Amino acid sequence: MRTMFTVFLKEIVDNIRDRRTLMSALIMGPIFGPVMFAFIINLSIDRALDDAESTMELPVIGQEHAPNLMRFLESRNIDIVAGPENIHGAAEAVKLGKHDVVLVIPDGFGEQLADTIPARVELYSDEANSQGEKEARRARSALYAYNQQLASLRLSARGVNPMLLRPINVDDIDVSTPSGRSAMLLGMMSYFFIFALLMGGMSLAIDTTAGERERGSLEPLLSLPVTRGQLILGKIFSAGVFMAASLLLSLLSFYAVLRFMPLEQLGMTPNFGLPVVAAAFFLLLPFVLVGAALMTLVASFTKSYKEAQTWLSVVLIAPTLPILIVSILTLRPQLAFMFIPSLSQHLILVDMVKNEPLDGLFVAISVCSTLIVGSLLTWICARLYRREGLLG
Amino acid sequence: MISVKGIHKSFGKVHAVRGVSFTAPDGKITGLLGPNGAGKSTTLRVLYTVMKPDEGTAVIDGADVVTDSFAARQKIGALPHGAGLYPRLTARENIAYYARLCGIDKSEIDDRVASIIRLLEIEAFADRYTKGFSQGQRTKVSLARALVHSPQNVILDEPTNGLDVMATRSLRHLILKLKDTGHCVLFSSHVMQEVAALCDDICIIANGRVAIDDSLAGIRERTGQDDLEEAFVAAIQMVGER
Repeated sequence: MRTMFTVFLKEIVDNIRDRRTLMSALIMGPIFGPVMFAFIINLSIDRALDDAESTMELPVIGQEHAPNLMRFLESRNIDIVAGPENIHGAAEAVKLGKHDVVLVIPDGFGEQLADTIPARVELYSDEANSQGEKEARRARSALYAYNQQLASLRLSARGVNPMLLRPINVDDIDVSTPSGRSAMLLGMMSYFFIFALLMGGMSLAIDTTAGERERGSLEPLLSLPVTRGQLILGKIFSAGVFMAASLLLSLLSFYAVLRFMPLEQLGMTPNFGLPVVAAAFFLLLPFVLVGAALMTLVASFTKSYKEAQTWLSVVLIAPTLPILIVSILTLRPQLAFMFIPSLSQHLILVDMVKNEPLDGLFVAISVCSTLIVGSLLTWICARLYRREGLLG
Repeated sequence: MISVKGIHKSFGKVHAVRGVSFTAPDGKITGLLGPNGAGKSTTLRVLYTVMKPDEGTAVIDGADVVTDSFAARQKIGALPHGAGLYPRLTARENIAYYARLCGIDKSEIDDRVASIIRLLEIEAFADRYTKGFSQGQRTKVSLARALVHSPQNVILDEPTNGLDVMATRSLRHLILKLKDTGHCVLFSSHVMQEVAALCDDICIIANGRVAIDDSLAGIRERTGQDDLEEAFVAAIQMVGER
């Protein structure tokens, strides 16, 4: 115990004096996530606001053939501008991205309308261009609305109730709560926490094996009357302290950032007050052991500090894989997932942010299974620390 | 006292140590002499227990390095080849860290560290971070670190490597002081003059085998060479013929 504590203290002092480590551990990780997050959120807020309020410009060829339609479009906040010379020009302009969408009204439009033959209009758009697709959708829905209006007028003129054309009325009712909607966007923040947590201990994990070996301080250390298990435990725990500090800082910086973001404009009110910050900290704490042991384990196979850094950047991505798979398949939280570290924390965290009731069993399984995996990895580290190959 | 009994060690296909045996008694300086790649460092690594021999063993004051490596480590102070310090700790902190790890009582640590710093003349740079230390300063601190718990047996792997004349001299004085206080000192070198000047017993190793193990006078007599360099070459040739 005393050996372990001595190693633990020494590593803490040693690494606090290392400004670069401290920067990457306690500043980079915790700041990177929230800043990136604020950037993405602001971008999507801008776009969401854009869509609703802005007037859209619609280049039209042959405006003169449909003056009523033009007035109707203008009433829907669509500015009519002169389009290209001819139809070929329209296709070309959309292809080249000069216009996102072009409406063409052929010569016979007026006559066809008068003769109650379906009047033809052409809408040019590029489905591969996501911005263009949105504009096309808006133009199309405006045209459909005009279509509906005309149809109703025609039926009324003939003494038929226009409601005959609407046997079914579909009403969309969104049951998601403002907290629930935020969860989709905030779902990614659990990865930022895991990222910050791992960043916090990375340099210590490398130092334990690859760093000590490269410096030549490993061999004298191993010739002391101490057991290697105690050495590695002291080192893993000191990495854990840095990781926990980094986690706490990133939770708090997220808390601060969220308070200044106009999320209400997106219809979101994330449940991320200080009690949730505290709960999230204790939820993610068991993952610190997994991360510390995993990084130490990977670093112990490498020959140098540089090589260890390369490999550990892969480890930074590994915890996202289960999260990514579940997000893509849009699976609901279920018991089996609670046995997987990183995934279980992610799912529980999302539920917390959604302000949904937590299942105590899920939390218990998440904590226990993560601690078991962490202990197992630590044990493997201790075993590997005993082999001679460690000296390189 | 260190007695080495028929150590073998291979690394893959390379049979680095092929049955090395010798004894390093208390109150004497034993030199392990040999060309580069002779197996000196591997032998010493087995002695300070960071490596396990494939065959054979060694006993340090009654503790077997294979079956009771922890007890063996308690009886030694080792200076491995190219030993590194922690650059963000001061020299004093580096030494104190080892003192704590060796289990020295808390109340004694400061005194012990201070006295070894005085003994090795480290005072001038004791409270500086070791980053940027010269080779000589680093060796002194590494040595202080290895000796802070007053081990009976001292194992030094090429301690004079990279040291200037003055540093080598002060290291030599220290080794003699350890001998006079009854310690067992075992050190390796490939510099014959150094070994000749210091050692009571010289064990010449070549190709992983002991070529000759005797006092300086004994080696001269057995090889029939008066000059140590010639004796050294003759001893190595004797191994080659076997």
